[in-house]
Amino acid sequence: MRKTECLAMILAGGQGSRLGALTKKIAKPAVPFGGKYRIIDFPLSNCANSGIGKVGVLTQYKPLELHNYLGTGSAWDLDRKGGGVFILPPYAREKGADWYRGTADAIYQNLNFIDLTDPEYVLILSGDHIYTMDYSWMLESHKMNKADATIGVFEVPWDEAPRFGIMNTDKTGRIEEFEEKPPKPKSNLASMGIYIFTKSVLKKYLEDDAKNETSSHDFGKDIIPKMLADGLHLHSYAFDGYWKDVGTIESLWQANMDLIQEEPPFELHGEWRIYSSNPSMPPQYVGPEAKVCKSMITEGSMILGEVTNSVIFSGVRVGKGAKVTNSVILPDTVIGENAVVDYAIIAQNCEVAAGASVTGELGAIKVIAEGETVKADAEGKQVG
Amino acid sequence: MKTVMGLINLNEDSSLIRNLADRRAVESIPFAGRYRMIDFALSSMVNSGILNVGIMLPDEERSVLDHLRSGKDWDLARRHDGLYYLPSARVEKEARQGDLKNFYFNLDFIEHSSQKYVLLTSGSFIYNMDFNKILMFHQNTGADITMVYYTAQGEGTGKNVVLETAENGLVSDISEKPAIYDGSKICMAIYLMEKTVFVDLVRSAYEHGGQDFLLDGIIRKAEEYTMYACEHNGYVAHVDSEQAYYKANMDILRPEIWEELFMGQNSVYTKVLDGVPVQYKENADVKNSLIANGCIIQGEVENSILFRGVKIGKGVKIRNSIIMQKCDVQDGALIENVICDKNVLITKDKWLKGAPNYPLIVAKNMVI
Repeated sequence: MRKTECLAMILAGGQGSRLGALTKKIAKPAVPFGGKYRIIDFPLSNCANSGIGKVGVLTQYKPLELHNYLGTGSAWDLDRKGGGVFILPPYAREKGADWYRGTADAIYQNLNFIDLTDPEYVLILSGDHIYTMDYSWMLESHKMNKADATIGVFEVPWDEAPRFGIMNTDKTGRIEEFEEKPPKPKSNLASMGIYIFTKSVLKKYLEDDAKNETSSHDFGKDIIPKMLADGLHLHSYAFDGYWKDVGTIESLWQANMDLIQEEPPFELHGEWRIYSSNPSMPPQYVGPEAKVCKSMITEGSMILGEVTNSVIFSGVRVGKGAKVTNSVILPDTVIGENAVVDYAIIAQNCEVAAGASVTGELGAIKVIAEGETVKADAEGKQVG
Repeated sequence: MKTVMGLINLNEDSSLIRNLADRRAVESIPFAGRYRMIDFALSSMVNSGILNVGIMLPDEERSVLDHLRSGKDWDLARRHDGLYYLPSARVEKEARQGDLKNFYFNLDFIEHSSQKYVLLTSGSFIYNMDFNKILMFHQNTGADITMVYYTAQGEGTGKNVVLETAENGLVSDISEKPAIYDGSKICMAIYLMEKTVFVDLVRSAYEHGGQDFLLDGIIRKAEEYTMYACEHNGYVAHVDSEQAYYKANMDILRPEIWEELFMGQNSVYTKVLDGVPVQYKENADVKNSLIANGCIIQGEVENSILFRGVKIGKGVKIRNSIIMQKCDVQDGALIENVICDKNVLITKDKWLKGAPNYPLIVAKNMVI
């Protein structure tokens, strides 16, 4: 078996507390997105399509559904001889056990796994972004620049730059300075949380960082600034495709809506396939009185009412006379007859009873948590 | 069900469905938006707990091999048992006609399997069945051979095997009839028997000059063996002609049949393609239709079935039609009562129309 040149590690332990009701039972990377996917499908598919055959997935917060979803990795063609998907939750050692205390600590605690694989390079990814990217080009650039670390960067609008970790680079793209959420940014190149490290360098810095008791054990806050201070060669790798952080309800909703534009800014069709675990569902049935437009709908759904400007996952039922607009309906949820859903995200296995309504508004998307039932009261207003 | 091995006989007569079965086996004709015919028998076997399945390959085997591959999508890529391909006997330089020779030259595999029973099915019937019930029936009656039938509703034509049975299911007559009547008991080409019975029956029928499993193996030996028949009450379609194919697809547009076949306890599995969810654009108008993943719809679709990855342009009108995988229907085209085979390109503003009882069939890869 060919030696693994580049090992990918996906940080998938985040709680995603800003996603509120959607992450009550599952980790953020397992949150459904785009009609049939989950957020983690994007980095995993990117790995598979970039020719990276060995991927560690570091889990911590409510990991069971995520573990179950990942399975053997076969959905992403990552059930490979000598490679594939490795699920890496925190584990006990001689002197007790620790949680992952930060992004850098999570990787530090799995240095043994990295040593077992012994790659030249380690690609660090996070499990909460929607984008398609060929990591093999980034790796090429890392090698060509003979960099110690390469950081994926993305141009954000200047007025939003103060919300990001900003990289100040020279003309060649070499990073001179890193500023976390600068009030007066000198550049608008934001870190995407995608790093390629030369393994030997990464190992040294992680080991040093682990000994530092004042460190918060975070790549952005501790490791990268330390490397820059030591004069290491850190290079930026500019990405100019679609990239969306879906860490909040509004951004998750918006990213779903992006997919159903007449000319979507992000096209799922195409050579770069996004893989996902497939639930063996039949083609969707659209009934005689249904009306569907400007929407995305997945297998196994039955649509008898109206769906406009919405994303519908598998196994969803939309009853006769129901109206679903500007909303995202997650798998196996039932929207009863004559129910109204507008500006909402309705999680898995919910029921919006006949005649009930769930309405939010732009900027205040209504969220119904997994497994809940929304009943209709006498006036047809929602009470649940 | 661990004691039962499955055999799927892919040797359906294709003479009445040749426009769709040109260079592909009848059993690998695309069906209901994302399936192939064989998926139904195979999924029923897997869901019933059968772990060892032999596929009796037809001469046009490429389409079958390409679809099933390792059997992974049916959970049949296993260390032991799983999916096996039994090649047709043409490699044995056997000139005799019929499917019996295929069984005969593959008897080795069947004899050496560890299971006690053989469940033989065809791949040209559409159903979702629990075979455990058939095994229970078989064990209770003490039959040598158990067959499964459905009761015909209304009259029909086409070659069918009709059974006469006593109240307890004991078969008194089996015959091939050109027409069926309301209440006829139609054999679904599902046979369950002990492996030793199967091996003896095939060997003796073939060695006495037989050609056809049904004719020379079952019908001619009806006197020798005790045969019982068990009724299947669910939805059944026998797809042996183009009209039957069209009708069976249209049946799936009835929500109760869609529910029964696909949404019960037992899924129907097929080759996974990782298609994108269906995109309905601004002017999409879809009524009473079945749409598979990967489609992009900008026009009108009514009473129709769109397979995976079909593109429907602006101003297009599609009615009462079946549009197979990767067809591209460009702006302004009008299509009614048509079956488009895979990968057909219908250019702008073309009109295609068949008759309601005689759909127009457009061959694979055509450009119109």
